[in-house]
Amino acid sequence: MTQPQEHLVVIGNGMAGCRAVEELIARDPARYRVTIFGAEPHVNYNRIMLSPVLAGEKTFEQIVINDAAWYADNGIELVSGDPVRAIDRAARTVTARSGRTVGYDRLLIATGSDPFIIPVPGKDLPGVISFRDMADVDHMLAAADAGGDAVVIGGGLLGLEAAHGLTLRGMKVTVIHLMPTLMERQLDEAAGWLLKQALEARGQTILTEAHTAGIVGDGRVEGVALKDGTVIPASLVVMAVGIRPSVALARDAGLAIGRGIKVDDHMVTSDPAILAVGECVEHDGNVYGLVAPLWDMCRALADGLVGRHSGYRGSVTSTKLKVAGLDVFSAGDFSGGDGAEDIVLRDASRGVYKRVVVRGDKVVGAVLYGDTTDGGWYFDLLKRGEDVAPIRDMLIFGQSFASGGGAADPKAAVAALSDTAEICGCNGVTKGQVVGCIAKGAHSLDAVRTTCKASASCGSCTGLVETLLALTLGDEVQAGPKTMCKCTSFGHDDVRREIVAQGMRSIPEVMQKLHWSTPDGCSSCRPALNYYLLCALPGDYKDDQQSRFVNERMHANIQKDGTYSVVPRMWGGLTSPRELRAIADVVEKFDAPMVKVTGGQRLDIFGIKKEDLPAVWADLNAAGMVSGHAYGKSLRTVKTCVGSEWCRFGTQDSTGLGVKIERMTWGSWMPHKFKIAVSGCPRNCAEATIKDFGVVCVDSGYELHVGGNGGIKVRATDFLCKVATEAEAMHHCAAFIQLYREQARYLERTAPWIERVGVAYIRERIADDAEGRDALAERFLFSQRFMQDDPWAARAGGEEREQHAPMAVFTPLDNVREMA
Amino acid sequence: MTGEWLDIGWVDEIPVRGSRTVQVTGGDDIALFRTGEGKVFALLDRCPHKHGRLSQGIVHGGAVACPLHNWRISLTTGEALGGDKGCTPVIPVKITGGRVLICRTGALQAAA
Ligand SMILES: Cc1cc2nc3c(=O)[nH]c(=O)nc-3n(C[C@H](O)[C@H](O)[C@H](O)COP(=O)(O)OP(=O)(O)OC[C@H]3O[C@@H](n4cnc5c(N)ncnc54)[C@H](O)[C@@H]3O)c2cc1C
Ligand code: SF4
Ligand code: FES
Repeated sequence: MTQPQEHLVVIGNGMAGCRAVEELIARDPARYRVTIFGAEPHVNYNRIMLSPVLAGEKTFEQIVINDAAWYADNGIELVSGDPVRAIDRAARTVTARSGRTVGYDRLLIATGSDPFIIPVPGKDLPGVISFRDMADVDHMLAAADAGGDAVVIGGGLLGLEAAHGLTLRGMKVTVIHLMPTLMERQLDEAAGWLLKQALEARGQTILTEAHTAGIVGDGRVEGVALKDGTVIPASLVVMAVGIRPSVALARDAGLAIGRGIKVDDHMVTSDPAILAVGECVEHDGNVYGLVAPLWDMCRALADGLVGRHSGYRGSVTSTKLKVAGLDVFSAGDFSGGDGAEDIVLRDASRGVYKRVVVRGDKVVGAVLYGDTTDGGWYFDLLKRGEDVAPIRDMLIFGQSFASGGGAADPKAAVAALSDTAEICGCNGVTKGQVVGCIAKGAHSLDAVRTTCKASASCGSCTGLVETLLALTLGDEVQAGPKTMCKCTSFGHDDVRREIVAQGMRSIPEVMQKLHWSTPDGCSSCRPALNYYLLCALPGDYKDDQQSRFVNERMHANIQKDGTYSVVPRMWGGLTSPRELRAIADVVEKFDAPMVKVTGGQRLDIFGIKKEDLPAVWADLNAAGMVSGHAYGKSLRTVKTCVGSEWCRFGTQDSTGLGVKIERMTWGSWMPHKFKIAVSGCPRNCAEATIKDFGVVCVDSGYELHVGGNGGIKVRATDFLCKVATEAEAMHHCAAFIQLYREQARYLERTAPWIERVGVAYIRERIADDAEGRDALAERFLFSQRFMQDDPWAARAGGEEREQHAPMAVFTPLDNVREMA
Repeated sequence: MTGEWLDIGWVDEIPVRGSRTVQVTGGDDIALFRTGEGKVFALLDRCPHKHGRLSQGIVHGGAVACPLHNWRISLTTGEALGGDKGCTPVIPVKITGGRVLICRTGALQAAA
């Protein structure tokens, strides 16, 4: 009664191919005779353990899944080191490189993926490898033995594992990553930033937003060249930029291919005799690059092979980074959007970041860094689609806390704390002390912060302090200080202070250390943080374009119809035939519908299209004109009158001084727009007394005025002091601007700022304190060394060209015709 | 450009937390946005309030803040968030092999 066995041929001796055979044997060992072809000269091993082999934590023998005996015991013929080259569907045979041809009744394709090699010059040089199989690991080990520098291209999971292994093997490793943050597909920006910090602390160099231009070397690899011209020396280059389903064989055989080999719910391809499984397949539009989905696929496949039909329904994946000591977990969709709410927990001192995304009371995504113990729990909630409404408040604290019943009401939990319980770790303040200081009259968060210092440092205990306020005062709680925006419990001043005190260097770092409650802030806090960092770290901080309002990104003013207006700088309001001609030419050439003299004595060219901006700037630059920053939270203009050179009343050269002041101050970013004027006599034709900084020249010198505003709420300046020389006037101006730059809140003009801090304070700092004034002016001039750089020139030269050009053009009418 | 999906270009051509446009002959542009997490969305480049160019706004979370009056528009639904009322057409997008594709019928409907 021995039925002739059907012959199952498997192409690919990897994770999925062998697992499918294992599942099949478990169901019905007698049903099929099995032959497995493998391109690699090995038995089946655990590919995901290649990283520990590279790192020296495991040997190859330890990662073998099925040894030779397994194949023998199950009557499986293994043809290793001999890749299949062709499938003949009509004859039902496969032919390998060696020429060996075997017939099949059922064929299973499990060819996995091919590493993606970026098509740059030098990619084929010896010493450039991918990270996919044991042969690659052998290569890396040999290179590490020879010592030297390695470059890993790609800051994803695989690239970071390669980098880690090579570092442990003693190589000096640089990771080049195209995107702004590491592992951007799995991690959000905050977690990516933490990861980068940790890797750098281990001695790796991480270059983000770095574009590989080519690989250099004579006969073998010697380095990697970046688009910005840098060359990083390397004796080994590992490309780990991605994988592509290996479909060439299936495509040549005429099977339906999408991104991968198309399969149905039973892993059957477009040919009913051929199945496919693993990374090489596309199921329901998805391809997978992790092992967990393979297991689900292999179960469905084996069921199908023995005549049961369970069916595969796709998988939700999670990722855990296993680079020693770094705990990173990510699962599901954490992109937010439609009805999704983020619950974020940042614990800066422990280096922990957690983010759970909830939509319609269900967990849809999670990112954990630093403490991943609850990863499995979140993943489980996600997969089961559990209703988390009842535990929502506790969700972010993890499983043990959320299921801890008794602590269900956070208020009750705080009420239950003993008086000696520590509330503020930074300042060592106990609950008793906080309650005591509230009882003594500190009835707001701010008051508590100033009296007993609780929540005055990192702010992570702010919630606790607020709960204590509510518990102690009941409904009397006063509104806290105005926070910067809804993303944080800190006010502007706190944020600025902490940036300087803690030496913070980037927006994600601020958001992490100050416990931001949103993943990437909002349109209020991001421009403010960008400015605060720029002000704190002149020359060092890398400006974040996407955190700037459109005008500053486009270096022109957006108008209501979406066109832009362009204002070239005219120093002190002076111009020349050459400049006027250039402006006139631009107006004609670009069909600008209007030119207008602005309130600040400049010419404003209206109606320029976004795509024309670079050409407009190039023409204006060619006539020697630079950006007027009429769009910026920055120094706008220095308005002048004609002064002593022509005016019969003029006492000093107000025009000349205005030009000098503008030359000193242009280009500087500020909390808000900033205007200056210089008038030649007390008749004040330049209206210096409604400017942020005004100079009125008098016989005996220069009267300095500050804090004027001609806007919605007109405010005349306050008199600051009188000085004798032009040099002193300029020195005071620089010092005043710097004080404003360092102390005002973002979007606070000088007028409300001065009303808030009092003009006496300004006089004290600028007029009375010579030493302090010198220091301020010096800081201003130092930062100007990096600021006085015409943004138009760079753009006209092609920088960020893409911001002006559409990515593509769609001509619907043609398409309509084409469809008809 | 044939087929139901129009191939626009590489995902990397859209700055993270920024946007690019697709020019539509005879109609409003389409704005393509890329969020901090690398997801890509497309909306008609026209704010439901006073037609501001959403492509020029600040992208944060899953929304964009219009550059003209700071309405927040959801990238997934095109609806104004918060207290504001109004909706911008959404054009279906998908990413295949690193390329951004937008739905042709969606684009035609939005342009109409
Ligand atoms: C270094 C590394 C670390 C990883 N870490 C993780 C991790 O931590 N977690 C995780 O989930 N996943 C991880 N992965 C991914 C995981 O290994 C893959 O998802 C899994 O191996 C895919 O299984 P597969 O069978 O489809 O492909 P593979 O395991 O790649 O098997 C395909 C096999 O087919 C062979 N083959 C190809 N063409 C032919 C042919 N024409 N003839 C004969 N044989 C052929 C190949 O040589 C290969 O042996 C890692 C991958 C690598 C490379
Ligand atoms: S302010 Fe005095 S100097 Fe200047 S233009 Fe007027 S009158 Fe002449
Ligand atoms: S036009 Fe968009 S907010 Fe007004």
